[in-house]
Amino acid sequence: MSTTTIEIKTALDDTLNSDTDAGKRSSVEVTDYENRQTVGKITVDHPKMVCRNVNVYYGAKHALKEVGIDIGTNEVIAFIGPSGCGKSTFLRCLNRMNDTIVACRVAGQIKLDADDIYDKSIDVVQLRARIGMVFQKPNPFPKSIYENVAYGPRIHGMVNTKAELDELVRASLERAGLLKEVDKRMNDPGTSLSGGQQQRLCIARAVAVNPEVILMDEPCSALDPIATAKIEELIDELRENYTIVIVTHSMQQAARVSQRTAYFHLGDLIEVGETDQIFTNPKHKLTEDYITGRFG
Amino acid sequence: MAISQDAHTVKQFDLQLANLRNLVLEMGGLTEDQLKRAVAALVQEDMIAAREVISRDRLVNGMQAKADEDCVSIIALRQPLGGDLRMIMSLANTVTDLERIGDGAKKICRMAVQIYDGVSSPPSSKLLRDVTPIADLAAEMLHDSLDALARLDVDKALTIIHNDDELDQEFQSALRRLITYMMEDQRTIGHAINVVFVIKALERVGDHCKNIAEHIVYLVEGKNVQQRRNLDMSLAMLMQEKQET
Repeated sequence: MSTTTIEIKTALDDTLNSDTDAGKRSSVEVTDYENRQTVGKITVDHPKMVCRNVNVYYGAKHALKEVGIDIGTNEVIAFIGPSGCGKSTFLRCLNRMNDTIVACRVAGQIKLDADDIYDKSIDVVQLRARIGMVFQKPNPFPKSIYENVAYGPRIHGMVNTKAELDELVRASLERAGLLKEVDKRMNDPGTSLSGGQQQRLCIARAVAVNPEVILMDEPCSALDPIATAKIEELIDELRENYTIVIVTHSMQQAARVSQRTAYFHLGDLIEVGETDQIFTNPKHKLTEDYITGRFG
Repeated sequence: MAISQDAHTVKQFDLQLANLRNLVLEMGGLTEDQLKRAVAALVQEDMIAAREVISRDRLVNGMQAKADEDCVSIIALRQPLGGDLRMIMSLANTVTDLERIGDGAKKICRMAVQIYDGVSSPPSSKLLRDVTPIADLAAEMLHDSLDALARLDVDKALTIIHNDDELDQEFQSALRRLITYMMEDQRTIGHAINVVFVIKALERVGDHCKNIAEHIVYLVEGKNVQQRRNLDMSLAMLMQEKQET
């Protein structure tokens, strides 16, 4: 094949935004509701996590169907979709939080770097240090601010001396943008902080155990606009060192914080793409209908 | 992704969008009428009609201001995305082009008033000979672009973009003729310069119609025309290479 042909094909592929990865064939223009094949490029050049053929069942209910997607290193990817679409279910697959749900069964492959996280040899506790999670409702431990952050590193044996622990706690709080506000009150209960501060404390707690990926399940839905803005700014800063996956009901938030966005609908991954493309020119009619407020 | 025609769950949003589209189409109709009357005023030496067109231009400007306000309001209140966002942006840009077309009609009338000022002798008919065919082309382009906007017709929009080349060529030919007349007889220079302004205004009308057509392509397909041209060229070259190998 000549260089010109390769260049044209590359330009064509970029323009059509097609993907031919194993497990899913994609189409360009999908106009009927019955077509639930994933549209858009599910792969990235340097994936941190690779998911293929992921199916989740709650008893007999098939909650997540044949989901395949890459999570890129040091990117923020947003999962959007209506309630019950499977985005939080999928998020919980990424650090095996679904293991705690008795009726839940996960099938398929999810890799963190080269490791299959569902392999029998994987230590789930260690996994959840590598892939941290921040929940919708801030949930600091009923301990002091200091202890909230120190707890994880201590039980993981990450530090040897008190001085090292102090340094780690301060660095984590700094990284979460909270240190200045709590420097003089480290012994106060974590629950004495405001909602936004509590959420940043939870982020500091996650960051303290040196994760590679941070999962966030609607981290700002309980917060006011100012606290939300601070968290979003923090997410942008954290991206330098971590990979972040965020589930959100707010399309505007997804648009503001993420580089890629994935739209889920009734258990299917409908479309994934660059955030600005998803919100200005989505390829799938279901995506277009959801983001424009045409809910049928 | 073609633009969705389904209703929004929040009906007020549909209403606002429909009102905006209707306002833009109404402004288009007014502009079309202004252009037609301006050319007629020039050709028929009707200075009363010319002054009416000049005065009515403030209505065109008023509609632009209202449309701009409505666009900002929808963006602030509805945070439109996808096809809705492209609709708002395209309509906002179209309104600017329509206002400039209105200015073009006003310019033609100002030139008419200068040409038939009652002081200098009227121009010879050969100077104005090219105005009508160029005006007809421009008027047709404007009509077609408004039609394409109403129907969101991409094929028609692409034809309009192509037709602008013809208008540009007619303008160049007319300009050469006028220059020739001026060189042949210096007494024609005064009127000829005014006619140059008239045909230039008509040529600009064509350019603005081409812009409107490009906005339609962007609105429907989410691609700017250059992207689409590259895609069409890429497809054509790929087909050709396949045939050759």
